[in-house]
Amino acid sequence: MVERTNQEWLAELRGLEQEEALADLRALLVKGLRYAMADRPAVTEADLEDFAQEALLKVLAGLDTFRGESRLTTWAQKIAVRVAFTELRRRRWKDVSIEDLIAEDREGDWTPPVLTDAAPSPEQRVTQQMLMEMVQRLIAEELTERQRQAMTAAVIGGMPLEEVARRMGTNRNALYKLLHDARQRLQKRMLATGLSPQDVLVAFES
Amino acid sequence: MIRFEPVTLKRMVRNVLTTRPDEIGCDECFEQLDRFVEMKLAGKNAAEAMPLVQDHLERCRDCREEFEALLTALQALA
Repeated sequence: MVERTNQEWLAELRGLEQEEALADLRALLVKGLRYAMADRPAVTEADLEDFAQEALLKVLAGLDTFRGESRLTTWAQKIAVRVAFTELRRRRWKDVSIEDLIAEDREGDWTPPVLTDAAPSPEQRVTQQMLMEMVQRLIAEELTERQRQAMTAAVIGGMPLEEVARRMGTNRNALYKLLHDARQRLQKRMLATGLSPQDVLVAFES
Repeated sequence: MIRFEPVTLKRMVRNVLTTRPDEIGCDECFEQLDRFVEMKLAGKNAAEAMPLVQDHLERCRDCREEFEALLTALQALA
């Protein structure tokens, strides 16, 4: 593939040599994605081609927004990675609703996960329990219903922000801001109790 | 009452306690990510030069996954 400067990429993608430039860029994006997704066996070559194609459309549509602060190929690869992850997350979570993630505490059903570090000391166990109760209480008292829902799905349930956002009728950025506001409210109350990040460290380290 | 695991609790409480008022969102992080990644690839201190991006990546698992994938792709292509 011919190496191009940003100026050359922009000129060719906008002009008469678009076909060749697109072909080269497509190949580059596919190659990059292949490396990036190497540890995901579910991703097929056809997927890589689809992701690259969708990314190319976004690249062309967004050429005027490219600020030249990085290489065009980096910028394009970034878009391709975003396209890929958006689709993979959609697939992985398509059958999961927010309600699925909001499970009532079922004493009998729940099996504690195997922790990788050593079992907590009695003191740590008490502090962890105290923290758990404090967090539960503050979530109930301080957050809006929407924030509770978002926090439960994203933070506790592990659902990707885009997926939570779509189910809640918003977008990823707005959801991040919603959660940020929620964290600020919780932070204010927690700091008021005298709790510090160091306390948390001590409670969980072995 | 929602049950969550110790490792989640720990991560969440630490995230809450270190929350900053000036955090950037996913869109702004995405905007700056190509610059951030190139700095990393050039062996420069990206975290120091772009601290809000670094901070966001430490908090936001989705953006961090994408960043790591981008880094992997570009390192392999270099």
